[in-house]
This record gives sequence, C-alpha cells and structure tokens, in this order.
Amino acid sequence: MAVIEVRDLVKRFGEFTAVDHLSFSVGQGEILGLLGPNGAGKSTLIRMLTTLMTPTSGQAMVNGYDVVREAGRVRGSIGVIPQAMTSDLELSAWENLVIFAKLHGLGRDQRRQVIRDLLRDVDLEPWADKPVRMFSGGMRRRMEIARGLVHQPRLFFLDEPTTGLDPVSRVAVWEMLARLRASRGLTILITTHYMDEADKLCDRIAIVDHGRLVALDSPLKLKASVPGRNILEVSFAGVKPDWADTLRQLPDVADVHAEETVFRIFSQNGPRTTLALIEASRAAGASITSLAVQSTSLDDVFVHYTGRQLRDGLQEPGAAESPYLFKR
Amino acid sequence: MHRVWAMIERDLRRFRRSPVLVLVSIFVPLVQLVILGYAFGGKVKNLQIGVLNEDHHLPSVRLQEMFQAVAANAQTFVTIPYSDRAAALADLKDGRLNGVLEIPPEFSRKALDGGSPQIGLAEDNTDPFSSSAVEAVLNELMPVYNGPVVGPRASSQATLEVVEVYPYVPYIQYLLAGTVVLAIFVSAMIGGGIIFIDDKARGLHEGYLVTPITKFELILGFNLAGTLKAVIAGVVLITLGSLIAGVPHPLDPLRLARMFVLVVLTSLALISLMFLLMVRVNDPLVPRAIFGMLNTVLYFPSGAVYPTQSFPAWMKCIASVDPFTYAVHGFKQLILKDGTLLAIRQDLFFLALFTLVSMVLGTLLFRRTL
Repeated sequence: MAVIEVRDLVKRFGEFTAVDHLSFSVGQGEILGLLGPNGAGKSTLIRMLTTLMTPTSGQAMVNGYDVVREAGRVRGSIGVIPQAMTSDLELSAWENLVIFAKLHGLGRDQRRQVIRDLLRDVDLEPWADKPVRMFSGGMRRRMEIARGLVHQPRLFFLDEPTTGLDPVSRVAVWEMLARLRASRGLTILITTHYMDEADKLCDRIAIVDHGRLVALDSPLKLKASVPGRNILEVSFAGVKPDWADTLRQLPDVADVHAEETVFRIFSQNGPRTTLALIEASRAAGASITSLAVQSTSLDDVFVHYTGRQLRDGLQEPGAAESPYLFKR
Repeated sequence: MHRVWAMIERDLRRFRRSPVLVLVSIFVPLVQLVILGYAFGGKVKNLQIGVLNEDHHLPSVRLQEMFQAVAANAQTFVTIPYSDRAAALADLKDGRLNGVLEIPPEFSRKALDGGSPQIGLAEDNTDPFSSSAVEAVLNELMPVYNGPVVGPRASSQATLEVVEVYPYVPYIQYLLAGTVVLAIFVSAMIGGGIIFIDDKARGLHEGYLVTPITKFELILGFNLAGTLKAVIAGVVLITLGSLIAGVPHPLDPLRLARMFVLVVLTSLALISLMFLLMVRVNDPLVPRAIFGMLNTVLYFPSGAVYPTQSFPAWMKCIASVDPFTYAVHGFKQLILKDGTLLAIRQDLFFLALFTLVSMVLGTLLFRRTL
C-alpha cells in the first residue's frame, strides 16, 4: 500500500512553476531520495506534502489523508525535519523534545519514556540537559531527528538533513537514519545533495529538475540507465581533430564527451575498451598523458539527467532566504 | 488547550534562561522615569538672576529684599548683585545669567512721587521654561510690592481660594503611569515584535506548523506567552516605580490588586496590537525599524508626559484610538488618586475592546502555511 500518493501535483508562484505536474508514490517502509539541483522544486514538494504549502492543483495523499482537506490529520501522522535548524537554542535537548511531545498531545508518562528512548537512539543521552546552543551542527541535527520522531510517526520527511555537516557527522546521521528505519519501520522521504549517501541509503531515487520528475528508480537501475557502465577519463597529447570519432569506434563504447584534450568515454566494458584505447593511441601516434577508469556513479546519473548547466536564477523569497536565518 | 500551554511553557523556559527581555523592558523605562522625573521635577529652581540696583534708596532696597525672599523660600532664582550694567548684560549674553533685573536711578523718587516707577527685566528668552518662570514670579511679586503694607479690615475685592483635592504630586509620580505602560510596551515590542519575527526567520515557527497545533491554539499561545512576560514587567515596574517615586501606600494589597487588573488588560492590548502589526512581517529588520516610530506615535500623544487637552485636533484623534491613552489615564487614576476599578471602567472597556478587535484582525490575517 502506498504511504505517499502524489498525482499531477503543481505549485506556481506567479509566473514561476516550482512543481510541474509531479506524480509518484512511496510504499510502506521505503526510503525515497529526492535529488535535484538547487531550485528544482524539492523543498516546495516536501512543504506541500507536509501541509506547509497549498498546492496550486493536483492531489497528494499522505498516510491516506488528503494534504489539503485533511491537513490536521496529515500533520499528526508525520514527522518532519525542515531544511533550517529549527530547534530552540536556549532550551535543552530534553526541553525541546518535551515541548514537541506536548504539541503532539503525549501524556506525561509516555513522554518521559519516549524521549529517553529517542535520546538514547540518537546518542544524545549524556547531553540531554545541556542547552542546544552548545551543540555542534551534527548534534543539533540528531536532536531534531529525535524531535521529529517524538510522537512515533511511521512516515518521516527530511529536507536536506546533512547539508553543511562535516563528513563524520554526516555519516553518523545517515547511519542513525538507517538504524531508526530498521527499528521503527519508518518510511522516509528525504532530499539531499550527497549522491554517495543517497546511493547507500535510498531504496529508490527520484530526480527532479525544473519541477518535473525526470527519473525514478532504484540507484542500481538508474546507474544502468546511463550509457556505459564504466567511464574512462583520458588526456592525450598530439591528437587529430577527429580523434573523438576514432574513439567512438572502439569496442563497447556507448558515447564520448570531449573537452579540449580531455575525453570521457562511456563504455559497457571498461577493461576491454582500455586495452583497445592503448592500441589505437599507439597506432595513431597519440600519447596518453593520464588515464582513469571509474564505475558509473549517481553523480553521473545526476549530471546525465539534469545536465551541467548552472542554475543561476531568482527564486521566490521566503524565510529560508532571510539574511537572519541561521543556516548550517 | 495543552498545546497552548506548551507554547507558553516554551516561552517561559526561554525567558528563565535569558531574562534579558524583562530586564531591558524594566530597566529602560525605570531609567527614563528617574531621569525625566528629576530633570523636570515639576518646578523650575535656582535660576541665576543678576540684580543691578542703580538707585539704593528705601523703595528700591525694599524691592531688592523681596527678590531675596523669593531666592530664600521658593528658590525660583538666586540673586547676584551687579554694579556695572555692561558686565551684567555681558554675563546674560554669555549664558552665565538667566536674566538681569535693573532698578533704574530715578526709581525711588518716582515711587515716592507717584510717577509710575518701572524696573526692567532683561531675560534670556531662548529658554522659554526659565524666562516664563521668572516672569511668573515677578508678576506675582509686583502687586504685593504695590499694595498697602497694612491691609484694610474689610475688602470688597474678590479673591481666589485654591483647594487642592489631592496631596502635592511631584512630576516623577505624574510620569509613573506612562512609564509603567512604556515598560509593558517595550516588553511587547521585544517579545511580540523582535523575538517573534526572529523566531519566524530562523524557521522555528516552521517546526510548530508541522505539528497538529491549530491556528487558534498557536495564536493564543503566542499572545498569552507575550502577555505573561509583559505582566511581569508591568508588575515589577509599578512596584519599584511606586517606591522610587514616593507614591503613598505603595504596597497596599488592594491597590496592587487594582493595578494588576489594569496591567493585565494593558499587556493584552499591547501584545495583540503587536501581533496584528507583525502577523504578515517576515523581515527581522521591520520591528527594529518601527520600534522608535511606534514608541513616539503611541507614547507621546497618550498624555503620559503632557495633558492631552492641549493637543491639536489631529493629535487628539491619535490619542482617542491609542491604547496608551486609556492605560495611562487608568494608571494615573489608580496611582495619583487611589481610584477604584469602577472609576476607570471606561479605560478597562476600551482596552478589552481593543484587544478583541486586534486579536480578531490578527487571526484573520494569520497564515498557517508558509
């Protein structure tokens, strides 16, 4: 059964379409990663699914509730970690969790037990009584994850939870999410910029660009969908102008991208193409100055589907753009 | 209702950790009360008046003695004798004197001959407070000087007998009412304006918006939490301010209870006003930018420092819808006249109505989405 069901969802800000007829569903216990360049519409989508924004058209059902007509029920059944760090810095971790437990209507005894368990799960038990302003970025994020789970939801939304964290904290957050998912049977919808992490954690990945869904599948299948299983990045000295065409004739080559003297060769069989490449270079009198062979990564998938163009442009101003927002 | 309490608890816990808000909202108005209260003090005193007696005969000496009596008793001015006219006028120009009284050489002769004797007052009229105070004292003095030394047994002249209904009110006590309202306003401005918008910009509100709390509970939570902090500021200031200003019976429980009712209603009115003003604001600079302007527009037309009756018509219009006006009037009745709640029922009614209208408008404008 689908926990999230999105049908033809649209969000417009004046002339600008942030989410453009998106449709997808997320199954029980699944982790769906939303990837996309800045301004692609990921946060707007999450905000609509968590009732923070009203869709212009289309329908979204979360836990069986309509996000517009049954917004209150949706809010009671989901956990949300917004993009900004939204904890009360003056309060302790325990106090932050108590306030949110009360907002979710938990009774005193249940509250104590749940908060104690959560602080243990996110490794913050020793610092429960310390003010959050003394926490590192990673600790604050873990505290917020605990806060989002204080009412024990089965569906969890996280908007770029690891952006700005150091690599160690990032790994800790992702490992913790994997643990929580296993122990609590969570369904997770997460946005991130970190492809390697999405690759490890997500069951499926949705790539969103210009508000549209451009790809949705498991990481493995997405990687397989990009031409070539290996990428050879080669630099040459003394090559002819039609050298790229020569390279395209090599065995198992799917595509070749050239940037001056650097060539990216997409191959179905990296080792065979490499041997043939060395032979061809020798025969043509071209010398290889560097050669690297790599497997297709999600980065390649991302670039393949969204392109390399920088996404400079104006966005709808909001709290997230405030100069006073304490970003990570 | 438990969600409303959660919002209030959050604010009070934050306040306990960082009570700067209430300290600032008490300290600033208290400093203003003490500085303004003693700076103005109600009466002008110790002005420097040079006396140039060019006559020296008995009538002029009698006049000079009357000046010295004023200096010794009312202390409106102190007299400094001069013999050189040019030196006295030079000191007046240089600001060492506030005025120069000149008794001309022919004064006594004209006084004895009935020839309309005159004395001259050269005054520094760049300071209207000082010059009008000197003029007022001299205008009171001259009829006494001109009158008979021994009065008639029966007089047909009508006189005015002034009866003061209340004990003498020093200016610092007069200011106290406005200062209490100012303290509540500063608390509302910082708590309901600056911190509210900062929290919104930091995304804190986004965290609450994804919980099941309803729009009404959220608004009630924000406003009641702000009101509680403003009430704390108001109660502390009314107690401390009464002690500093020397208000009679400052700790009388019944009097404090009446004050408490007015403090609560004033806090509700000013917090709901702030909520209405800030409900659609996102930029943290806005509350900071309008702080001074709001303070001026609300505080000064309210009668806190000057009677509203003397205002021009347009300022009277502002005063008539300004919650400060009714709060200040109410506090003046309670502080200066030991009035009852019945005596200030119109002020209480206006503040309650103002709270209701502001809350309804604020609720209509409040968006539960981003």
